Amino acid sequence: MTTLFYIEHTNGKVSDQSLKAISATKDLGEEVHGMIAGTSIESVVEEASKIAGVSKIIHIENDEYNNILAEKLTSAIVNISDSYNYFCAAATTTGKNVMPRVAAKLDVSQISEIIGVESSDTFIRTIYAGNAIATVQSSDAKKVLTIRPTAYKAAETNDTGCEVEKINPENIPNISEYINEELTKSDRPELTSAKIIISGGRGMQNGENFELLDKVAAKLGAAVGASRAAVDAGFVPNDYQVGQTGKVVAPELYIAVGISGAIQHLAGMKDSKVIVAINKDEEAPIFDIADYGLVADLFQVLPELEGAI
Amino acid sequence: MKILVPIKRVIDPYVSIRVKSDNTGVETDNVKMSMNPFCEIAIEEAIRLKEAGKAEEIIAVSVGNQSCQETIRTALAMGADRGIHVLIDQTVEPLSIAKILSKIIDQEKPGLVISGKQAIDGDNNQTGQMLAALTDMPQGTFASKIEIDGDKIQVTREIDGGLQTIKLNMPAIITTDLRLNEPRYASLPNIMKAKKKPIDQKTPDDYGVDITPRLKTLKVIEPPKRQAGIKVENISELVEKLKNEAGVI
Repeated sequence: MTTLFYIEHTNGKVSDQSLKAISATKDLGEEVHGMIAGTSIESVVEEASKIAGVSKIIHIENDEYNNILAEKLTSAIVNISDSYNYFCAAATTTGKNVMPRVAAKLDVSQISEIIGVESSDTFIRTIYAGNAIATVQSSDAKKVLTIRPTAYKAAETNDTGCEVEKINPENIPNISEYINEELTKSDRPELTSAKIIISGGRGMQNGENFELLDKVAAKLGAAVGASRAAVDAGFVPNDYQVGQTGKVVAPELYIAVGISGAIQHLAGMKDSKVIVAINKDEEAPIFDIADYGLVADLFQVLPELEGAI
Repeated sequence: MKILVPIKRVIDPYVSIRVKSDNTGVETDNVKMSMNPFCEIAIEEAIRLKEAGKAEEIIAVSVGNQSCQETIRTALAMGADRGIHVLIDQTVEPLSIAKILSKIIDQEKPGLVISGKQAIDGDNNQTGQMLAALTDMPQGTFASKIEIDGDKIQVTREIDGGLQTIKLNMPAIITTDLRLNEPRYASLPNIMKAKKKPIDQKTPDDYGVDITPRLKTLKVIEPPKRQAGIKVENISELVEKLKNEAGVI
């Protein structure tokens, strides 16, 4: 049988998240087909067809798929589900939205955000905000998985592309409608693909003070993130959020500023290679996991940091 | 219009999690339990719709052991009108819960279902989407704003890059994200009143749903511990370490 992996794309590129997550599919031991959706996306389809390990691209070519809605994408996947025994996607907001719907339509349990494949039916995932790691075995004939991208390295690229099959799906459900998207505009890299992240917490005191982080981020080529406390307090939008209920990141360097280190936040960043904590409370739990801790007033040291790099 | 709100009882978010020494799961005996935070947001949103005259009745449903009745009482004290408790002592997977909920939807015919986007114990983030699949309803997941407009509902969703707005036919399934609202605390008089509100007790057999698990948890272990590193005195020492010792900038 075969694995079907749903490949996301934005701005004419295959998403980094999909490139990382698709690396998990080689551990499933089956042939891998990639599914990609939308019209006028020839260059992305070509890029996808060169992903190492992918033997065929299914291109869902229909205007209804230029903005992905769970109802429509699920239907396109379920239409061709007889040929596949694994259905995978990156654990992005799209993957999390669509794959459980696919699983229920196929009457199988879904396994969310796996971080490892132990065997063809056994997977590793975190539970309780990363405070426990579960090994889970599935007895379903078809398996539906989302894959945590930070657990994998991006797939390599081949010089030549594989076969592409175009499908124009039938009976597309018409119960939901896309209106628009307001994407956060930033000159900074995306949180989930940045090599360096500097995040602020409640200690930032307000949204304006995030400017201090922006300045350091500009010098480092870093992304700016936030703790749930900072999002709850309205300092920054939710797409900044790193943690159990936000994004999971694992950059080379993570600088936590004014973040106490609640378990919900640690769940989203503790796999970072190097962690720096800046906090004026020397008892803050973030120091327990930081490689380098600086007990200091962030308003004093952030401008110093900006000047020193 | 009725609103159905599925809620889950979980280990309180402020309790530290202990993995059982036999690696079969997480210690839940004598641990403080609470309503899953995203479910509180769901109840709150339903109450606001009722207060705005958009809904007549709010039904809180919980699937799980006997103590789930306490969680339903909390929802009733916040402002839900009645409860349904489906008694199951074993662990139930999201697919089974969604199947039970779909049968309840057949009977109750709500105009809207609002659930939390994920429970903070299993971190699955599945039940709402599965319920939408089983009932063939549209889904507005990770909602930060909802607006009913005639027989449609406009949902603003938290997505990785920012916000997405979609419009769904009703009945629809909504799952809540953090910024949808800030849940209220139940007042003492409302806690007293909630004791008189009805809770229907049911079993999976009442709905003819097979809840045989499809997944088996082979083991649960603690994650590798990260060691605390060193404290630096000032920014210049920090920058020096990051450059020369860690080599990350």
